[in-house]
Amino acid sequence: QESQVSGLPEYIKIVEVGPRDGLQNETVIVPTDIKIELINRLSKTGLPAIEVTSFVSSKWVPQMADHKEVMRGIERHPGVQYPVLTPNLQGFHSAIAAGATEVSVFGAASESFTKMNINCSIEESMEKFEEVAKSARNMNIPVRGYVSCALGCPYEGNIIPAKVAEVSKRLYSIGCYEISLGDTIGVGTPGSMKRMLEAVMKEIPLNALAVHCHDTYGQALANILTAIQMGVAVVDSSVAGLGGCPYAKGATGNVATEDVIYMLNGLGINTGVNFYKVMEAGNFICTALNKKTNSKVAQAAFNTGTIN
Amino acid sequence: QNIVPTPVKIDLINMLSETGLQVIEATSFVSPKWVPQMADHTEVMQGINKLPGISYPVLTPNLKGFQAAVAAGAKEVSIFGAASELFTKKNINCSIAESLERFDEVMTAARAASIPVRGYVSCVLGCPYEGKIPAAKVAEVSKKMYAMGCYEISLGDTIGVGTPGSMKEMLAAVMKEVPVGALAVHCHDTYGQALANILVALQMGVSVVDASVAGLGGCPYARGASGNVATEDLVYMLNGMGIHTGVDLQKLMDTGTFICNALNRRTNSKVSQASCRL
Repeated sequence: QESQVSGLPEYIKIVEVGPRDGLQNETVIVPTDIKIELINRLSKTGLPAIEVTSFVSSKWVPQMADHKEVMRGIERHPGVQYPVLTPNLQGFHSAIAAGATEVSVFGAASESFTKMNINCSIEESMEKFEEVAKSARNMNIPVRGYVSCALGCPYEGNIIPAKVAEVSKRLYSIGCYEISLGDTIGVGTPGSMKRMLEAVMKEIPLNALAVHCHDTYGQALANILTAIQMGVAVVDSSVAGLGGCPYAKGATGNVATEDVIYMLNGLGINTGVNFYKVMEAGNFICTALNKKTNSKVAQAAFNTGTIN
Repeated sequence: QNIVPTPVKIDLINMLSETGLQVIEATSFVSPKWVPQMADHTEVMQGINKLPGISYPVLTPNLKGFQAAVAAGAKEVSIFGAASELFTKKNINCSIAESLERFDEVMTAARAASIPVRGYVSCVLGCPYEGKIPAAKVAEVSKKMYAMGCYEISLGDTIGVGTPGSMKEMLAAVMKEVPVGALAVHCHDTYGQALANILVALQMGVSVVDASVAGLGGCPYARGASGNVATEDLVYMLNGMGIHTGVDLQKLMDTGTFICNALNRRTNSKVSQASCRL
């Protein structure tokens, strides 16, 4: 009732990217059985979508070399989606063969970033994604599109909202059911988030939009709040805030799922997620990786022995 | 956690004075028996450069502290109330009503000396002992402190448990009793909610925000957890929103680096931690 009164969405879908985006950007390579255990634990929390792995060449992303084993090894809970990254047709076929039922493609609003990341232009990347989307359509496989650098690029700096809108529209038009707008280096603020979303919302229906905020500059929750105030109802996050920022050594990256849920619970917004089970999953993976959690809620809870 | 040497405190305040900040809370005139970290209050107050246009308020829990503060050159003082009876009892061993009587003595003396008084209300979004705090209680205590003569009321989420939901509800209640121009928010980042809570407060018209350089100051109720929101992270957000603060972020970051080096500790500011070149 509280969320209705305030104009916020009643329900927000949380897309958990810890096992893929998170673990890919941690400094240690995580054993396959630990990945599978993490995903299985997350499957029991009520999270509706868990990004499992990436079907990209192990030459480029060794952390995800065990993609087939992970895909085949995890429990598949009914009502939970297990999307995987597929940068091209080859990856797509490999993913399907391993049992994937949803895939994601990663675009960017920056030419320089695209060039540095996948060694081609935005247009060339879209052609690759279109091949994936066509095959996916033929097999009734949903495709999620990501737009990186939506609020700034480590190479180009400022990114104009119109460019984000253009790339988003392209991905949506090739058949992506959802576009996740990523603040890849976490430089965004409520100001730039608002401007970017206003531009994108002219081209894409609200219910097809998601935000993927990084907390590198501590702005993630404020940016997410801004997005949900504008009606966005899908938020990406990573358990325990797994995944540093490859462009700012030692800095944090993904926003912690625990902290997002704490905020959404406080706003009376339904997520369907059992907060305590997510905290337990976060505790599990941090223990397994011998690292401190990036979640402030988990840190506070650990130190008081309770959640207020 | 460590007691900071007096010269380091003075250097810190002097550096902060160069950043464009207009208000810098310098020290606390409370008995060193209770707060040993602030035992050097007189030396600090007398040692700092007081730049024109900048206010250096100090805490004064009672008349004795007020008198010592004025003798040491203070031109603005603060009093610390709370919206929780249990917290007040545990903190200063009396009831809220008794604490307000003590403050009234300070108010009278301050009025006579033309010294402005800022009022803090702790536990506005939750109490470590009582748990949930009704918004009406926060409004009641704020109203009393404002009526006593405090020019500004700083509403503190002492244990950082607030969210944009509870912040909104609390402010709506307080704003019925105190004009929004006299309100400030003092958010703790213990649960990572500070900037989101500050954003909501700004949206409701609050235009005074408390913050701590480098996010200095842990949470005494959650050992090891963070406390104050980092001024750098706050200014970064406000800059991005086109809101004017007059603060030079780079000078602020340099000040944060200074104090963290002096204390041999890591900064709590994410902006400081990120070294991304943009």
